[in-house]
Amino acid sequence: MAKSTFRIRPIYTQRMVRVGLWLMTIITLAVLFFIIIFILVKGLKVINYDFLFSLPLHMGKAGGIVSTIIGTIYLTALAILVATPLGVGSAIYLTEYTKENIFTKIIRFGADCLAGIPSIIFGLFGFILFVIKFGMGWSILSGGLTLAFMILPTIIRTSEEAIKAVPISYREVSTALGGSKWQTVSKVVLPNALPGILTGVILSIGRCIAETACVIFTAGSSLRLPTSLFDSARTMAVHFYILTREGISMERAYGTAVILIISIIFVNFIAYWIMYRFIRRMGGYAG
Amino acid sequence: MPVKIQVEDYHFYFGDHPVLKSVSLTIKTNEVFSIIGPAHSGKTTFLRAINRMNDDADNCRHEGKIYIDRKDVYTIDKNILRRRVGMIFATPIPLPGTIFNNVAYGSRLKGIKSLNTLRNLVEKSLRAAYLWEEVKDRLSDSALRLSGGQQQRLCIARALAVEPEVLMMDEPCSGLDPISTAKIEDALRKLKQEYTIILVTNNTKQAARVADTIAFFLSGEMVETGTPEAIFTKPKDKRTDDYIAGRMG
Repeated sequence: MAKSTFRIRPIYTQRMVRVGLWLMTIITLAVLFFIIIFILVKGLKVINYDFLFSLPLHMGKAGGIVSTIIGTIYLTALAILVATPLGVGSAIYLTEYTKENIFTKIIRFGADCLAGIPSIIFGLFGFILFVIKFGMGWSILSGGLTLAFMILPTIIRTSEEAIKAVPISYREVSTALGGSKWQTVSKVVLPNALPGILTGVILSIGRCIAETACVIFTAGSSLRLPTSLFDSARTMAVHFYILTREGISMERAYGTAVILIISIIFVNFIAYWIMYRFIRRMGGYAG
Repeated sequence: MPVKIQVEDYHFYFGDHPVLKSVSLTIKTNEVFSIIGPAHSGKTTFLRAINRMNDDADNCRHEGKIYIDRKDVYTIDKNILRRRVGMIFATPIPLPGTIFNNVAYGSRLKGIKSLNTLRNLVEKSLRAAYLWEEVKDRLSDSALRLSGGQQQRLCIARALAVEPEVLMMDEPCSGLDPISTAKIEDALRKLKQEYTIILVTNNTKQAARVADTIAFFLSGEMVETGTPEAIFTKPKDKRTDDYIAGRMG
């Protein structure tokens, strides 16, 4: 009897675990909601038609933010357009066209390391390579390419996981019916991996929209409406940073933050909708 | 009957491990050639040797020859070979997508685009697989919603739609109930009028019911071939007798 026979009855541990996990979820959600509500409360009052659709005046003290919205869209679109084909292509090559060896392991390790590098380092790299060396200057082109490099590892790794998750038996069915490698990849593997690939792309869109460090070095912070790839542009995130940092207008900074958050929610919403429709069309069990 | 597939002294190794040892046999046109034998006797590897699916595996090699219509399979482009020699797997594997798209998959790979041609092919193949009546009104439903037996018949239809000459089935009824099995066996009896069928089965009774010739495989060796009567009533080899009588495997 020296050893205690004390033990909590499973029914109580069960309850404790349930309450504990519930608390964790509530805390996570509470923080998230607090941030969103805080920003909405502070920022919603400046949002109106003019704020959304007119150019900033006096360094952002007055006027709207339309040029930063356009700047964000251009930069994000360019980054995604460059990084998605490159990333998905590399992922296909790594999973379908090579055998696992030291070379692929190094590439994979490299991609994982790249994914962890702080974005400001990418910014510096983009500044030196694109802005200075290639003479692109502070421009949407430099910024978009730098962002593309920043999100490339994420896209490669998520696509790779999505491709690997497609059952090998699907590939066998296709080859047994006389399908070539590429036919199998394009008609069976990629369509089934698409929801996973899309998830990586959506995450990357979010990162591009939210990025400041990387962009401020490479795309500059011009407030003019960008008209070509070679124009400098300011994104919403950079605009927010400069407005608060320079103490130009806290009100307008929060207004920008509201639009930033809404656009990220909007992107996620659209993406999930596309995914849902796609899964339905493929005839799988949605959800 | 003319010879469809001729196998001469075929060996197959995964690494150093021999999986098939000196297999020689002859499969005639329009017969149901059934391969029986316990697990790990090389039956599936043998099928995959014929349509060269083993080529894609790592670290394996083979010796000997396999001929289809007197042509070495290694002189035929492997994608064309696989269109001529269809394969059905042990578990039904419908691709995510509609019933129609599943059946039309192989024909589309061949480059057939006309919807009319595809429709005719799909109907013909589904009829041959005894599935048409059950699915004709819901061709655009998901294939994943079919029952197991229906899925396997769908896989047969999918293989038929490529218009092969030989149909290889790897234990096609292993996961099915007796009624679904009976339907597939009905389909087999009908199909052999047009195709040469190689049927791998764990079920000796099934081989007795549908086969014209039976080959008994054991540990990578082809022990003996013969008509069902010969194999079941007077096997030449003691090991065949033991297996049939249930003293082994």
